[in-house]
Amino acid sequence: MKRTHIVMLVAIALAIGALLMLSTDFSTYDTIDSARNKQGKFVHVIAKLDKTSPIEYDPATNPNYLAFTAVDSLGGKTKVVYRNTKPAELEHSERVVLKGKMQGEVFECKDILLKCPSKYKDDQKELEKGIGSSQ
Amino acid sequence: MKFEGEHLLPGQLGHFFVLLAFISSLLSTIAYCTASFKKELVEKASWIKWSRIYFYIQCFSVFAVFAFIFIICSNHYIEYLYAYKHTSKELEFKYLLACIWEDQGGSFLLWSIWHCVLGLVLIRKSKEWEAPVMTVVSVAQLFLAMMIMGVYISGVKIGNSPFVLTRNGIDAPIFNRPDYLNLIKDGVGLNVLLRNYWMVIHPPILFLGFASTIVPFAYAYAGMQSKRFGDWVKPAIPYALFSACVLGVGIMMGGKWAYESLSFGGYWAWDPVENASLVPWLIMVAGLHTMVIYKATGHSLRASYFFILLSFLFVLYSTYLTRTGVLGDTSVHAFTEAGNAMTNLLRTFLWFFVLGSLGMFFFNYKKIPAVIKEESTTSREFWMFIGALVLFLSSMFIIGLTSIPVYNKTTGISWLVNKFNGGPLALPEDPEFAYNKVMALVAIIIGILTAVTQYFKYKNTGNKEFLRKIALPTFIAALITVSLAIFYPVDYDKKGPGFLIALYLALFATIYAVTANAMYIKTGLNGKLKAAGGSVAHLGFGLMIAGMIISSGNKKIISEERYKAFAIPMGVDPLTKQQDNAAENINLIRHLPTRMGDYHVTYLNDSAGHEKDRRFFHLLFQRKNEQTKAVTESFVLTPDVYIMKDNNMSSNPDTKRYPTHDVFTYISYTINPENNIDTGSYKIVELKKGDTAFYSKGYLVYNGPNKNHKRIIPGTPLMHVAADITVVAKDSSRYHAEPVIMVEREDPFLVKAGKDSVKLTPLDDTMYAQNLYLRFVNVDPVKETIQLGIKESERMIDFVTLKAYVFPYINLVWLGLLLMSIGMLMSMFYRLKVPGSSTIAVLLITAAWLFYMFFIATN
Repeated sequence: MKRTHIVMLVAIALAIGALLMLSTDFSTYDTIDSARNKQGKFVHVIAKLDKTSPIEYDPATNPNYLAFTAVDSLGGKTKVVYRNTKPAELEHSERVVLKGKMQGEVFECKDILLKCPSKYKDDQKELEKGIGSSQ
Repeated sequence: MKFEGEHLLPGQLGHFFVLLAFISSLLSTIAYCTASFKKELVEKASWIKWSRIYFYIQCFSVFAVFAFIFIICSNHYIEYLYAYKHTSKELEFKYLLACIWEDQGGSFLLWSIWHCVLGLVLIRKSKEWEAPVMTVVSVAQLFLAMMIMGVYISGVKIGNSPFVLTRNGIDAPIFNRPDYLNLIKDGVGLNVLLRNYWMVIHPPILFLGFASTIVPFAYAYAGMQSKRFGDWVKPAIPYALFSACVLGVGIMMGGKWAYESLSFGGYWAWDPVENASLVPWLIMVAGLHTMVIYKATGHSLRASYFFILLSFLFVLYSTYLTRTGVLGDTSVHAFTEAGNAMTNLLRTFLWFFVLGSLGMFFFNYKKIPAVIKEESTTSREFWMFIGALVLFLSSMFIIGLTSIPVYNKTTGISWLVNKFNGGPLALPEDPEFAYNKVMALVAIIIGILTAVTQYFKYKNTGNKEFLRKIALPTFIAALITVSLAIFYPVDYDKKGPGFLIALYLALFATIYAVTANAMYIKTGLNGKLKAAGGSVAHLGFGLMIAGMIISSGNKKIISEERYKAFAIPMGVDPLTKQQDNAAENINLIRHLPTRMGDYHVTYLNDSAGHEKDRRFFHLLFQRKNEQTKAVTESFVLTPDVYIMKDNNMSSNPDTKRYPTHDVFTYISYTINPENNIDTGSYKIVELKKGDTAFYSKGYLVYNGPNKNHKRIIPGTPLMHVAADITVVAKDSSRYHAEPVIMVEREDPFLVKAGKDSVKLTPLDDTMYAQNLYLRFVNVDPVKETIQLGIKESERMIDFVTLKAYVFPYINLVWLGLLLMSIGMLMSMFYRLKVPGSSTIAVLLITAAWLFYMFFIATN
């Protein structure tokens, strides 16, 4: 066995890996508007909960249905449906990463990642608020 | 202004020791570095003497810093930001350490403490390698000291001090008052997610794993610095084994923590933080194998350098990834945005070691001896090298995917990414599968290599001999795999038949690794257990991966809709044209048994814990014989939830453990009881024995009084009696109710002199399934009637939403890990020539401790 053989083996391994990765449909980060133009394609959208619209969640009837409105920094707006329980702290999140597909006018969300100020212990504003309320 | 009640001394002393640690590590770096270049022995010895003194001072300072942080936190000196942010008075003492490493500075300190301990060991043990090896440790200590320094040097802030005062760290009007300390009642406290014994034990182990990767790295540096290019390998192997063992345990402890205490529903999710610690481990294991090859045959020295250097460099890269917030949008872990002071320092730390070590490696590359003759394909070293290469490539694949956010933030690369991907790159729809499909192939290759490689001899092996010995384990592994496929098939068809075949091949390969290594101890080593460390570790590794395939492949979410009593066909949602996703959460109404998989689950009641805002939910799981309806299995799980005042919650699961499977459940949603106030009122009816009264969903019958009822009576009333009532709902389900009335003595303070008054206290009974409350209000002995209060609550029915899983054979994963760690330690002691009795003692203690941590300890 020559070194060249090893190199070939490694090359084959790399080729298999590369083929597998090519068959992987990588997703993109999109805005709500660009996601709307990519109907049915799995995208990541960074947005905010629209606090002026109501959150629909009635766990007693269906714990697996949550609907709310999201807005992004460019002003795009969409209804989001998440077929799972309402994540704790949704109302307090300052940013959400929505992973899912645009289906017509509704964003079918598969996974939500919340970015909450309370999770960031070092967040100055949050600490200042905390100090303020202890007076 | 003079502030009242502040304790400034611990902070001032602490800050002094941080600076002392910085200066002494700087001096010990310079002294050790000088010593390593001195040829003259007497001079060298005197430099080493001074270096040691500086290093001892440095160690003392680091321990002192830790002690002052501990004092500040344990006394709740909330004038310090550290104590204000991380402690609170209701926190149990055991979480005090957890508070300390919750902070970024605290975890750097932990890392630094382990470097001190390792450094003290190296000073005693490393002999002629001390000067160059300790140079590296001292430099690392210098950087870690800077992380917690928090001083400005020519306008640039270096690190964050743990001794910042709250009034300097936070800007608020309250600090204009000298008596501000009287106004702040308590600190913020430990994040509820982290209140858990794993948070106490996991960080120290993991950081010992991280810290220990520096020792082989330092030896590799010493090899290049001293120009004795091959001599460092032998003394470094035991340290590499130690590092692989501790880091492996640390990573899997994280997995166990995630599995047991966090609601991720598994022990591994390919989360960036998990990957970041796995990658250095994989490279360390690759380096360990090439070092063993070098020691036995003289091959693979350059590869050993490369892997050992990279293992530590990837610890630094991981630190950079997880501490600077660059992963922000991709991980469930909460990251601290570190601020520029930290980010720049971490970058310097990383680049210093990357450029320094790899630069030195490539500069010396030609001088590092390599064997010209190629390895034979029937030699052990050839296949070990291939295995190491596959481990290394798999680690590059993992870190390549994990680093996606870095590509999006790097100019140049991000432009390319945008062009080809049509937007910033993100992981695909099923991120775990992106990893799994490659790693399943890696498991096949590594499993088979782990099985067969030991049967080859170094240099060359006779083909016949090899085939004769390998035949039996191959046959047994094939037999086990086939019988598993028939009697306990891996039920994972979500990703198509191709992946299922890959899983079966990986299952065979890992079982093969188990059988081949078990038999090798007998046929290859003639049962010489002392030398069997490698085989035991390989066996454990195989078992762990096989356990992962079986447990994850057959994991069932029994709270899914389809595991309910009757199957609802899943179709296409008419609104969204989406395949209905299997609703994974289920509602349990109090007292109403609900079918979940093989179990009937009933939400019995909830209770408050001794910690503020914590509620425990008692869930009864029963398995019944289909024919006889007899209960064959019954247990109560008690998952709990922290409900915070703003309706936020944090859920802690509970697990019933069997040797063969775990039943795992957590509350995914619950209503805050404070927001669920009942506004209904009682309607009083008068009933004789046998009378009937109606409510909106049915009727009830009074069967007469019952003095021998089954209710639990609070206190010691003079007398108590229950009204025996049968409730019949419209759907003709029947319930038995026993509202109780108690005759109690009047409050002694209200008793008027000479008059012994009594009062009637009702003890309601609640039919949660009917939303019905019954109260025994009064009794009329003359008319033989009772007054019964009937209330139909307007309050939301009491229910919890939960998710439940069955994890089969997860214990194989933990058992495999235990064997792997023990095997690595066995090998380490064997190479260090530690006497048999002490080896056995240490191994037994370690095994017992690991067994306790992974099999017995509960929250």
